[in-house]
Amino acid sequence: MSAGIDLENVCCDFGTFRAVDNANVSIRPGEFFSFLGPSGCGKTTILRMVSGFIEPTQGVIRIGGEDVRGKRPNQRPTALIFQNLALFPLMPIWENISFGLEVRGVDKATRRKKAEDLLQLVDLPGAADKMVSQLSGGQKQRVAIARALAVEPQVMLLDEPLSALDLKLRQHMRAELRAIQQRTGVTFIYITHDQGEALAMSDRVGVMSQGSIQQIADPREIYNNPVNGFVASFVGENNVFQGEVQHAAAGMASFTTPHGQFRARLGDLSGKIGKLYVRPEHTIITATPAAENSVPVTVSDISFEGSFIAVHATSDTGAHLTSELRNDGSATVPEKGVRVHMSFDPARAAILPDANVRG
Amino acid sequence: MQDLIRRYGPGLTLLMGLLVAFWLVMLVIVPNITLFEQSFRPYLPVVEVGGPKDTYSLNNYLKVFDGNVDRSFLGFEFSIPVHVLTFWLTIFYSMVVTFLCFLLAYPLAYYMAKIVNPRSLPTLILMLFIPLWVSEVLRAFAWWIILAFKGPLNALLLGLGLIEDPIRWTNMGYTGVVIGLIYTYVLFMLFPIYNAIQSLDTNQIEAAEDLGAPWWKIHWRIVLPHSKPGIASGSVMVFMLSAGSLLVPSILGSTTSQWFTQTIDQWFKDALDWNTASAYAFLLLLLCTVFVTIAMRLFRVKLSDIAK
Amino acid sequence: MHKFRQNLAHLYMLLFLVFLLAPLVVMSGAAFNDSKLPSVVPWRGFTTMWFSEMIRDERMMLAFANTLWVAAAVALLAVVVGTAAAIMVNSISGRLRTILYGMMISTILIPGVVIGISTMILWTKMGNAMGTEFFLFNPGLHLSVLGQVSYIAAMVMLLVLARLQSFDSGLEEAALDLGASHAQVMRRILLPHLYPAIAAGAAVAFFQSIENFNVTQFTRGGSDTLTVYVFSKVRSGITPTINALAFLLICVTLVLAVLYEINRRRRARIEAAREAEARRAEEAALL
Ligand SMILES: Nc1ncnc2c1ncn2[C@@H]1O[C@H](COP(=O)(O)OP(=O)(O)OP(=O)(O)O)[C@@H](O)[C@H]1O
Ligand SMILES: [Mg+2]
Repeated sequence: MSAGIDLENVCCDFGTFRAVDNANVSIRPGEFFSFLGPSGCGKTTILRMVSGFIEPTQGVIRIGGEDVRGKRPNQRPTALIFQNLALFPLMPIWENISFGLEVRGVDKATRRKKAEDLLQLVDLPGAADKMVSQLSGGQKQRVAIARALAVEPQVMLLDEPLSALDLKLRQHMRAELRAIQQRTGVTFIYITHDQGEALAMSDRVGVMSQGSIQQIADPREIYNNPVNGFVASFVGENNVFQGEVQHAAAGMASFTTPHGQFRARLGDLSGKIGKLYVRPEHTIITATPAAENSVPVTVSDISFEGSFIAVHATSDTGAHLTSELRNDGSATVPEKGVRVHMSFDPARAAILPDANVRG
Repeated sequence: MQDLIRRYGPGLTLLMGLLVAFWLVMLVIVPNITLFEQSFRPYLPVVEVGGPKDTYSLNNYLKVFDGNVDRSFLGFEFSIPVHVLTFWLTIFYSMVVTFLCFLLAYPLAYYMAKIVNPRSLPTLILMLFIPLWVSEVLRAFAWWIILAFKGPLNALLLGLGLIEDPIRWTNMGYTGVVIGLIYTYVLFMLFPIYNAIQSLDTNQIEAAEDLGAPWWKIHWRIVLPHSKPGIASGSVMVFMLSAGSLLVPSILGSTTSQWFTQTIDQWFKDALDWNTASAYAFLLLLLCTVFVTIAMRLFRVKLSDIAK
Repeated sequence: MHKFRQNLAHLYMLLFLVFLLAPLVVMSGAAFNDSKLPSVVPWRGFTTMWFSEMIRDERMMLAFANTLWVAAAVALLAVVVGTAAAIMVNSISGRLRTILYGMMISTILIPGVVIGISTMILWTKMGNAMGTEFFLFNPGLHLSVLGQVSYIAAMVMLLVLARLQSFDSGLEEAALDLGASHAQVMRRILLPHLYPAIAAGAAVAFFQSIENFNVTQFTRGGSDTLTVYVFSKVRSGITPTINALAFLLICVTLVLAVLYEINRRRRARIEAAREAEARRAEEAALL
């Protein structure tokens, strides 16, 4: 009971402002798909187009292969979980959950039964007769999910459902949501601006910036092989070097920077200027210079982060670089003020263009 | 408009549109246009309506200037048309009522917003509301009893030895009317001011006290300016209600206190001349519009602020 | 010094309350005075005769009945029209909203005399023009109802609009998304949220209508409402039967006010208990 969703060249304009630009994505049935991007990049707009609250200015949306243009929200097999949950405050929990059945004319006993089953499913038994204001944030979350599941949607659309929760609860609910999705097999489209959330829960992630989709891939690919600087820096930390591509061959290139010559993987620049990105945990610190990709630096600060130790350093040109060492005793942590060399494996660094946006 | 249809669908939108149209068109706009149109026609027997004599003219309005009376004011002797005099006295005493209402209501509004224990506030408000729920005619009637020549007020004052002889309250020009109007409308001043002061951050007052400002300066520089919108809406309400009141002047008025609404009433009910009554009513409407506009300019508030 | 000012303020409040409530006490007291003229002085002894007299005063009872049905009709119409207007104003924007809203509010400021005369003239002229004797076009209390609705609807509108401000339109979308029709959204989601304001609006409309004199005076034809009746009696010689009625009205008002307050407190208590429970659940989840 789940459907795939295809967006083909979907655009959405508000007046002269283009909120979503030429979105193309094909979401598979039963997939947990996340849209990830900073605030205002058009995530909610995409979701509202899929659910039918706004019509795309251009392009086609298909749900389960069927073109849904012109269909109202209540005629689409989708259920939306709102950013603020939008639970009905004047109805008890069970009426909230069975509202979708009530408006379809289902009799009361059946509705009550269904509501209790769903409360069981979301691990909130015995809450049927409570009021919304009696529940904690996490419990409201579950009720919202149960309410959406009650109408047996083929697609669930979730708009930053965890953003109002405390950090600890949020982490707990991640696993919970993922489990519910797997139990029900419904396609989930999940929206968030929290990269940790997107990477941890999703089968695939679409990273967005200023209305356009930058990259669609599974979480590992997104993190390890970002297609451009925006994706690289929105998902995780980087050391960035500016410079010029010299000899490119077999997917590798040399890169001339003020710090010297580096070698790294060459991304798809399409004629644009590129920068070199390398993750802090992919750098190593040594007392003597490495064979290649080595920068002499002075350690300016050490911060202890628990599972890793961050070494902040300054190069001779004044650039701030960071290296992360695993806190397992394998690496020696340098002293503050010491001169060391920072280097990285060419296969772990990439030369990437800036974000892929208009103008 | 699209938003409306999107939210409630075309059917409900149409229904709501029709209801609102019925209200604004049939109950407000068309009646007022008719009133305006009728005010320029002469008063004729039914058979002559629409006949050759039924032409537009300003005659009804010019009746305001009929029949002069002599008056003296600050030593100046002058004669003035009696309806014009009534008109001015209505405005003047309505302003007096408005001002006195403000004087009475402001301290209490401040008290309710900042001094009284918040726990007893609902009870206090409830008690203040009681007279508001009791009909206006009964409130005026209550004062009719109190102000009677042999009534309780004179009895009280005589008993306390404050006066030698009973006073004819209802025969002292506009005294009875002013007292009655204040009693009837003071709450319309109190609640807007209370709402305004309530939204003032108490820290501001304490900060000013901390800086050593005397109490009157705190009011003058901080509380009063902040409560300006409330004062404006309260004043507009009280003025309009007073100037438009027919009941209180009729019940508590003396032989020498004529209110403009009473004049309109006489044209309408006694002379049965609806056309002249329309002209006079239109003048009253005009006056009120002008007053509201001036008050709004003066206090720099918008119409939407007045409706609390 | 501070203490002194504080006490002065308490005293002032007390005096103000006396000023507001004493007339009502005097009026109620006169209902029990065995004197032909309504007054509390001189006190001629306690009697309940004015209450039985009141029941026998047929004109007054008729006026009372008229008042009630006029008020009920006004409350009904004003609530329907005012609620529709509030919902409409709330979901439109721009110039149209400014104009509509301004027009609605200004009805409150139009003097009752003007409303009364204009309503009367319009409907009777319309009747004359059509040459019909249909009751709608003759003077009468139904015209009073129409005239009163023209400004009381604005009061209801303001109350409902204030309540709408606290409404999350996301709830409407959520309901639509779950498959509700527009009518179901209105009935199950929006109106339940508005009921408190609608009830308050109905109460305000009802009492405003009872209170109304100006509009009624010009439109009523030959019928009386209580206000008009009392008014005519004050001029032509009045007996304490009016006081008896006033006393009963004040009592009803008081009882309603107290019931309202008790209900309000009960609700506040329930809501506080619920929130406390939510907080406990929150803490439990974090452990
Ligand atoms: N109804 C609208 N009219 C005009 N502009 C809008 C409208 N809705 C959204 N926008 C604009 O479109 C852009 C994208 O909005 P959207 O709500 O999709 O962002 P978002 O990615 O969901 O952000 P957030 O994380 O803050 O929720 C924003 O710049 C917003 O200002
Ligand atoms: Mg959003």
